[in-house]
Amino acid sequence: MAGLDGFLALLRGDGTPADRVVPPSAQTANLTVLTAAAMAFLAVFALALSLATGRLADRWSEALARSATIRISAPPEQMDAQTKAVLAALATTPGVASFRPLDDAEMKKLLDPWFGPDLPVDSLPLPKLIEVTESAEGIDTDGLRLRLSAEAPGAVFDDHTRWRQPLVSAAHRLRLLGGLSLVLIGGAMAGLITLAAQAALAANGQVIRTLRLVGARDSFIAHAFVRRFTMRGFVGAVVGTVLAMIGLAILPAANEAGGFLTGLGFSGWGWLWPLLIPPVAAIVAYGATRGAAQRMLRGIR
Amino acid sequence: MIELQNVSMGYGGIELLTEMTLKLVPGSFHFLTGPSGAGKTSFLKLCYAELLPSAGFVNLFGQDVRQMGRDDIARTRQRIGVVHQDCQFLDHLPMTENVALPITVSGRTPDMAELRELLAWVGLRGQANALPPELSGGERQRAALARAVIMSPEVILADEPTGNVDWEMSKRLLALLIELNKMGKTVVIATHDLNLIRHAKSQVSARVLRIQNRRLHLAGADL
Repeated sequence: MAGLDGFLALLRGDGTPADRVVPPSAQTANLTVLTAAAMAFLAVFALALSLATGRLADRWSEALARSATIRISAPPEQMDAQTKAVLAALATTPGVASFRPLDDAEMKKLLDPWFGPDLPVDSLPLPKLIEVTESAEGIDTDGLRLRLSAEAPGAVFDDHTRWRQPLVSAAHRLRLLGGLSLVLIGGAMAGLITLAAQAALAANGQVIRTLRLVGARDSFIAHAFVRRFTMRGFVGAVVGTVLAMIGLAILPAANEAGGFLTGLGFSGWGWLWPLLIPPVAAIVAYGATRGAAQRMLRGIR
Repeated sequence: MIELQNVSMGYGGIELLTEMTLKLVPGSFHFLTGPSGAGKTSFLKLCYAELLPSAGFVNLFGQDVRQMGRDDIARTRQRIGVVHQDCQFLDHLPMTENVALPITVSGRTPDMAELRELLAWVGLRGQANALPPELSGGERQRAALARAVIMSPEVILADEPTGNVDWEMSKRLLALLIELNKMGKTVVIATHDLNLIRHAKSQVSARVLRIQNRRLHLAGADL
């Protein structure tokens, strides 16, 4: 029991005589712990968002970078000849890992979202699509386009750059926003802890004056406040981080249908990243309180 | 030890103390008297660097106060025991911790046996665990005296130490200060209680200084 009391006293920051010179203040203590917990909770989600969008950007980049489509629009009588020419060209093009023409069923599936399931594919003059997968060395797209224009004038090589780039840059921006959110959350936490520390310091102005009069150095006085607020920041952040991690852990598992949102969370070693938040919160609380204490002490001889 | 040379000091452009010169030698006993508002407390504050002179020099243990850094001031205050008029306790701490405060802030752990002995010396053995608001005026003044001497300072400055206590308690506090002086401490007591000064002069060789018209005078034989 004494051990538990000692531990709780340590968390409250009044475990040693040096800490006890600062009167206990339940209101600012609760405010600081609550602030740190809320900020850590948000920080975990911002971190998860940042990491998830990073993974998404990588996945989109990787998947789209390795696939391309050749669309052949030709008069019906030339369609087969041009298709054969394209397939022959692909067969001898370096960097092509595989290729295959899409059959009617696949074409129908692609068009279903726009035209519905009853589309008479056979009766429409649809272009022929050939799916191309690149190997690691990549395709010389300019060379392939030149060759296709000569051998199959109706063929257009589309490496998805047009629509891949905005998606990937959107994912990168989301990751950036996640990072920016982390910085803003850290700043807000520093601001709120500074306010709480300033309130505590102002309320204890007489205590600080008395300590100076009996020979306390600034570092002693600052330490008494800094340690208390650092511990509160740390404890609050641990609570917020744990709650947020539990929240993320019980989100539905990522699957193909869920897409982006269900992928929000950490994977593998990524679960260790949020554990950095409590120490960072403690460092933020330390810096904020130390700054506030030093400013306060400058006004007292 | 503590030396003031042509010191002037004022607030907001109004001069309160003018051209004061004083040198406290080790083991001396001084009374500082004068009417209320004459500047006795300000004078003492100059002696422990809570106030800076607007002119002249204040030297504390060989250092000019204007040249002292904040840590120097803190170290110097550990060599000067001050009994403040309003005692200046931390109301949330029991008397033992309040009395031991100078030791705590210097980063050391107080010796509980010595602390109990000190509290017994000022007659507060039974109030060791009491909080400051629970003590009477006289008990608070004695506790303040105990706190002032716990670091075994070379100088003790007492600002109206008998201001809120009856005559019997005043004599008791004075006896403690005289005892400290006999142990070699330099003592300065600011008081407007002339009876206290007369009573002390029969027991100790004391110089009496008076602040009058902003200046420091050596009081005459009328005391």
